[in-house]
Amino acid sequence: MSAVPSSQGQRVLEAARCGSPRPTTLRDARERVVRGLLLLAAVFSVLTTTTIVGTLAWETFHFIRLPEVTLSDFLLGTTWSPLLGAEKHFGIWPLVCGTLLVSAVGAAFALPVGLITAVYLSEYAPPRVRATLKPVLEVLAGVPTVVYGFFALMVITPALQSLCTWAFGRPVFPGYNATGAGLAVGVMILPIVTSLSEDALRAVPRGLREGAHALGGTRFDVSVRVVVPAALSGIMASFFLAITRAIGETMIVALAAGGLAQLTFNPASETQTMTAYMVQIFLGDAPAFGVENLSSYAVASVLFVITLALTMVGNLLLRMFREEYE
Amino acid sequence: MTGRPRTTAARVLQNRLFLAACLACTSLAVLALAVLLISVLVQGVPGLRWNFFSEYASRKPDRAGILAPLSGSVWVCTTCMLLSLPLGVATAVYLEEFARRTRLNRFIELNVRNLAGVPSIVYGIIGLTAFSRMFGLVGSADGTPLVLGDPESFLHLELPFGQSVLAGGLTLMLVILPIVIIASQEALRAVPRGLRQASEALGATRWQTTWQVTLPAAAPTILTGAILAMSRAIGEAAPLLVLGIPLFIASTPESLMDQFTVLPFQIYSWASRPQGAFHDLAASGIIVLLAVLLSFNALAIYLRIRLQRSTAS
Amino acid sequence: MNLPTPTSPASTPRPAAVPAAANAAPPAICVRARSFNAWYGSHRALQDLSLDIPHERVTALIGPSGCGKSTFLRWINRMNDMVAGARAEGELTIDGESLLDAARDLVELRRRVGMVFQKPNPFPKSIYDNVAFGPRLHRHMTRAELDDLVEQSLRAAAIWNEVKDRLHQSALGLSGGQQQRLCIARAIAVGPEVLLMDEPCSALDPRSTASIEQLIRDLRSQFTIVIVTHNMQQAARVSDQTAFFYEGRLVECGPTDTIFTNPTSKQTEDYVTGRFG
Repeated sequence: MSAVPSSQGQRVLEAARCGSPRPTTLRDARERVVRGLLLLAAVFSVLTTTTIVGTLAWETFHFIRLPEVTLSDFLLGTTWSPLLGAEKHFGIWPLVCGTLLVSAVGAAFALPVGLITAVYLSEYAPPRVRATLKPVLEVLAGVPTVVYGFFALMVITPALQSLCTWAFGRPVFPGYNATGAGLAVGVMILPIVTSLSEDALRAVPRGLREGAHALGGTRFDVSVRVVVPAALSGIMASFFLAITRAIGETMIVALAAGGLAQLTFNPASETQTMTAYMVQIFLGDAPAFGVENLSSYAVASVLFVITLALTMVGNLLLRMFREEYE
Repeated sequence: MTGRPRTTAARVLQNRLFLAACLACTSLAVLALAVLLISVLVQGVPGLRWNFFSEYASRKPDRAGILAPLSGSVWVCTTCMLLSLPLGVATAVYLEEFARRTRLNRFIELNVRNLAGVPSIVYGIIGLTAFSRMFGLVGSADGTPLVLGDPESFLHLELPFGQSVLAGGLTLMLVILPIVIIASQEALRAVPRGLRQASEALGATRWQTTWQVTLPAAAPTILTGAILAMSRAIGEAAPLLVLGIPLFIASTPESLMDQFTVLPFQIYSWASRPQGAFHDLAASGIIVLLAVLLSFNALAIYLRIRLQRSTAS
Repeated sequence: MNLPTPTSPASTPRPAAVPAAANAAPPAICVRARSFNAWYGSHRALQDLSLDIPHERVTALIGPSGCGKSTFLRWINRMNDMVAGARAEGELTIDGESLLDAARDLVELRRRVGMVFQKPNPFPKSIYDNVAFGPRLHRHMTRAELDDLVEQSLRAAAIWNEVKDRLHQSALGLSGGQQQRLCIARAIAVGPEVLLMDEPCSALDPRSTASIEQLIRDLRSQFTIVIVTHNMQQAARVSDQTAFFYEGRLVECGPTDTIFTNPTSKQTEDYVTGRFG
């Protein structure tokens, strides 16, 4: 080192040589340990899936092997009466039907309303309106489902009953029914449809809108005939993911849809969904290894397979959409 | 030329009608929230007396309170958060910062996305099997648990976990882990690539870059996501219901091995009774639950603004 | 590319500070490439490159977009390791040691080869912590030693007077030109031999550009500088040696004066006179 550094650059190099170098062995070891720990964390999620699939498959297998159950009865049977009567029946269709009925009512409300709200937020709404509406939707998304169940029981069903009494002279809807629960499910999934669809609509490039406006389209032409079709896979993804949530929803149906498993598509009837059946079993102190307990594992398997398939389709659509625009 | 030209007037009318439909749909969402809040407030506010917070559950509506479920919710959600935040952020860091595009890593990524769609009640069943009963592999056949450590002390374990706070926290962790992972991944992805490059160009290792540059830059967003995940955990009843947690408890938890109940479950139980007086209690419970959740949302917004300011100034 | 209307490139003023590079013994070679090839996936970004970069000189890499000059730069400190699908073959050495060795310690390499990016990218930390980031990674230093290093680095980057009173405020509060000088200070604070600059002025206004160019001329006596630039005048003003890349190949390399006044290749002449690019 020279006593008088000749330039500022040299002063830097000298100052940078002060102190002692840090050992590299410690650094490399730490890097390896950290990488290993992080991988372990990531593998935990795979372990979760393995446990879900393994447990459900194992217990369902035991359920099918019970003397009072057959696989064909379970998959094709149209009567579900596991608790009452001398002869128990385990046909899954009434529960699947109840689940589909409630989800269909919810979807019939939430998909159009959610999509139109998304189009409004993305294409029409002035920033000030957006700024107030987004928090409203966030709050709706954050409301626990048990609250929606209470809402269905206390507000929606009584409102439906008074409406029908006024119109037809009788309440039509019993205290527990698929429509009340379904509408509450619809309100619950509305924010999912809206926010995911809005993301999809906003991801459509500006140029496309400007091009359509330049061709003399009204705002309606631009948003409904150009932007919505362009964002279609993203919108479909939001529909799939929202319906998945509706199918897996538990507390609303447990409170408001009733406990009668029946094969019907009448939305005014009492119905039991797959999730509501599980609640009934686990609240009822069923013995850990009895037929009722095992039946709930079998129902959970069916629920898991349905929701997994829908989630996978939804995620696939989402990825297709992202690859198109990102 | 074929077809008639569309008249301008018809197209303007169409546009107007659609805008009207938009406004109707949008106000439906606002209306739903307003009706929900108002009906709950009308029914529940009279029940918010002091002893509603200081009493345990009771068969007599006028003496019933939420002391046990409130403290149970605090215990189990804190446990859930302490478990899922490190695990979730670590998974996200692995996937975003460390993982090469191998088949295993792509599978992990896909797996997380699919786990996010699994209904919470299915997680309840897994929690029941894996944590509460431990597949029937641990403890004696008559149900007596295996006790590790001094049963009187805070730090002891009973295997299987049964209906304890730990079992509940672990089960809720399964529910919110995919949410925490996905939110953290998005937060990390939003950190500009330039920062990572600058750090690596100075000779920082991948972990040094992550710990000193990327994670601090992503922290506000991760924290917001974590708080929203926690609100989800606070509102969950179904998975805990499957665990078989009790409804009537005349004590508050004092260790991770104690029994507990939670607010949403208490609300469910009151709402499912036929008597109107219990419905009023459910409404009061909902007000407390919503107040907690809204203050969590407010906290998330506050933290986001504050942390953004402290990193920017 | 916007180049000024082509006049004779010779009319570009050469700063007085530029060197007596030509006299005496030829300078030692720092980075040396022979038959070097690089790919991104199946796209071949560099073909059969042979180039010498001498110690303590400024080498400018010029050429139209996509010609491979940035790719080459990013292989010198192996930044391309962060890019999926990037690979390279052939010989690339620094002071005679291979750069492409799989077992090569990248931390040690990057301590020796600093980099300044196109867009200023200060960390969202204080000015002091930005400069101290590298030294803290590599060395144990006392507080006083670190303070001194931060000051000397900021002085060398000609930004000390502007920031000395607010060292502990966020670096994000600085202007674009100040941020880029801070990034240079941050890069030299680890005491590198080589400083890579990837279009360091392209995001800056003319005044900031002038101050960065002055800085490059000041630093060239201590550091080997490799600068990628789109700006022909800039290459002419700051560099001792210029290499012209075109479509993944090195067309011509030589003393900057020669490249700009008397290039051997017609392509080079067309490019430096602004006829294409």
